[in-house]
Amino acid sequence: MTASALETRPTPLPTVVIRPSRGWSALNLRELWRYRELIFFLTWRDVMVRYKQTLLGAAWAILKPFLTMVIFYFVFDRLAKVPTDGYPGPIFYFSGLLPWVLLQDGVTKAGNSLVSGANLITKVYFPRLAIPLASVASGTVDFGLSFVVLLVMMGVYRLEVTPRLLAVPAFMLMALVTALGVGLWLAAMNVTYRDVGHVTPFMVQAWMYASPIVYSANLITDPLLQSLYGLNPVVGVIQGFRWAILGGMEFPGVLILESVLISWLLLAGGAMYFRRMERSFADVV
Amino acid sequence: MGDLAIRVHDLGKEYRLGALTGGYRTLRDSLAEGAGRLLHRVARPRRELLWALRHVSFEVERGQVLGVIGRNGAGKSTLLKILSRITEPTEGEAEIHGRVGSLLEVGTGFHPELTGRENIYLNGAILGMKRTEITARFDEIVEFAEVAKFIETPVKRYSSGMYLRLAFAVAAHLEPEILVVDEVLAVGDAEFQRKCLGKMSDVAQEGRTVLFVSHNMSAILRLTQETLVLDRGALVLRAPSPQAVDYYMTSGLAQTGERRWTADEVPLGAAPFCPLALRVSDDRGRTAERVACTEPFSLELEYELAQEVTGLRIGLYLSTSRGEPVLTSFDTDDPQAFVEHASRPAGRHISRCRIPARLLNEGLFVAGVNASSFRIRSYFTDEHALSFSVDGTGAPGSHWPESRGGPIRPALKWEIIEAAA
Repeated sequence: MTASALETRPTPLPTVVIRPSRGWSALNLRELWRYRELIFFLTWRDVMVRYKQTLLGAAWAILKPFLTMVIFYFVFDRLAKVPTDGYPGPIFYFSGLLPWVLLQDGVTKAGNSLVSGANLITKVYFPRLAIPLASVASGTVDFGLSFVVLLVMMGVYRLEVTPRLLAVPAFMLMALVTALGVGLWLAAMNVTYRDVGHVTPFMVQAWMYASPIVYSANLITDPLLQSLYGLNPVVGVIQGFRWAILGGMEFPGVLILESVLISWLLLAGGAMYFRRMERSFADVV
Repeated sequence: MGDLAIRVHDLGKEYRLGALTGGYRTLRDSLAEGAGRLLHRVARPRRELLWALRHVSFEVERGQVLGVIGRNGAGKSTLLKILSRITEPTEGEAEIHGRVGSLLEVGTGFHPELTGRENIYLNGAILGMKRTEITARFDEIVEFAEVAKFIETPVKRYSSGMYLRLAFAVAAHLEPEILVVDEVLAVGDAEFQRKCLGKMSDVAQEGRTVLFVSHNMSAILRLTQETLVLDRGALVLRAPSPQAVDYYMTSGLAQTGERRWTADEVPLGAAPFCPLALRVSDDRGRTAERVACTEPFSLELEYELAQEVTGLRIGLYLSTSRGEPVLTSFDTDDPQAFVEHASRPAGRHISRCRIPARLLNEGLFVAGVNASSFRIRSYFTDEHALSFSVDGTGAPGSHWPESRGGPIRPALKWEIIEAAA
């Protein structure tokens, strides 16, 4: 009798206790890890859907930063003659644009992700973090495609290929962390306050000009001002990226350190805020 | 025995009506409110609170199929949303043993641009399946959905029937220990509904626990042994399904001959349409709960329009107390009426439908109403607005004291002739 009772109970079932939560919640990374396949599929969906029913398809991933670079070249290099540290304008801009576009797309998409994914949030349970996470991650595919163009440009401008290129993934990660950090704040706020959707484009634009994309970070010479400037985490990312690509630059150690610190703080704060707001997402969105 | 799948203890969920009715909060509102408090020490404006669910406790044993019924706004959906962890309770707790799969709405996360194959994987992942599980059941899903030929076609090119079949197929091939189902059977054609019901009883026979919310009483009776009746957020009865359905259809809707809607019973999405009352009135114009089958009677809906509405049509549904439909009729079924009332001005209106004598059989009937502009918008639906009974005295053939099957009992013309041998 006991034997048969044991047989009908092969494995203990997972038990979940649902009760109201208060205050700050833990991050629960283990649960997030269990849902890694979902994060993968959501990322994959974002990538697949982005260029569906377009004539040029994935070429847009390359064309968008490339055309922006061309505009920058004519406006800031040829017309305004903003110094580019002695590097050819096109590669100077393109190497700054690559991490910036990754970050900008990540912030914008993550900020909108919960609102546009409202039908998921109100119908199925899964860690809500998966949605903005996938939005940010999907930008890496575009980044990879543009990076190939950058490699070609390096050839055209006869830039030396050095082991420094191996540091590129690290700078990419820094950009992703920053994007996710800011994106989580925006996404969670956007659920309650739709103002976020209107503010984000301006914020992103101001942020771009606060970062050394169309000008060189070396324009700021005062050491104090420079470390203040470095509080913008994008500065470290871009300077690091240019260091890896262009060569002939000093390693921007302080800026990178600052950037890493700030971006992880943003992410930690964003994740906490997100988790705190999360429980009311389905009711409010 | 004693193997519990779900234990719910004193569960409650409170909604702030302000957050629901006031639309989205804007930053300005919050800032203004905050500044106001700072400057004038004004009290935080009190928001109206509504308990969508309160003091609900029950247990479900493993392998049980439990029905949940109740009127719109009774808290059924809130209960399911808490149990499937979409929203958090305000008080109390629920213990869930096993994976929960929810069929709150089929096709969640389907992306129109992706192909059938891609959507199966995406939807499966969203519903909590592992990639290997989806791959293992892929052929089964495609076969169930009957979309093999279109599996590489974007689902936006699917007919609505195909879309629905595919969506249900993915969800139905989930293998959670606890399945939570809400109204999926309300959609699709009869064939599809039969298939869904079949799949659901398979699931039940495999010993998995099912919580089934529906307005379809015949589905509840067929699929479940026990049913919970919810009313205004409270659990009012748990009983074997036939009893629970009878209770719900009679006392649960205990309006006598008239159903009035209070403001909080009308969803905000209904505006500019607002139902006021649905009445059964007998041949002499008196509101009655019981009508004689030998006399004609009327069903009238009184409603208010906040602004002029074009193309409005008021629908009337009659069904038996067991949920089988009897008839559907619209106030502009007559093309001429449709032209004359193409646009209705703001203000109060009455749409009155006359039911002829000697049509309905004796028994309990449920009247539902619907207001919509065809193919444009549905303003309001209440499928169980009112119940009334028909007295069979004098019905055709009532000189034989026996009950007759079927919801209608018209006086039909018979001819009896002597046939040549």
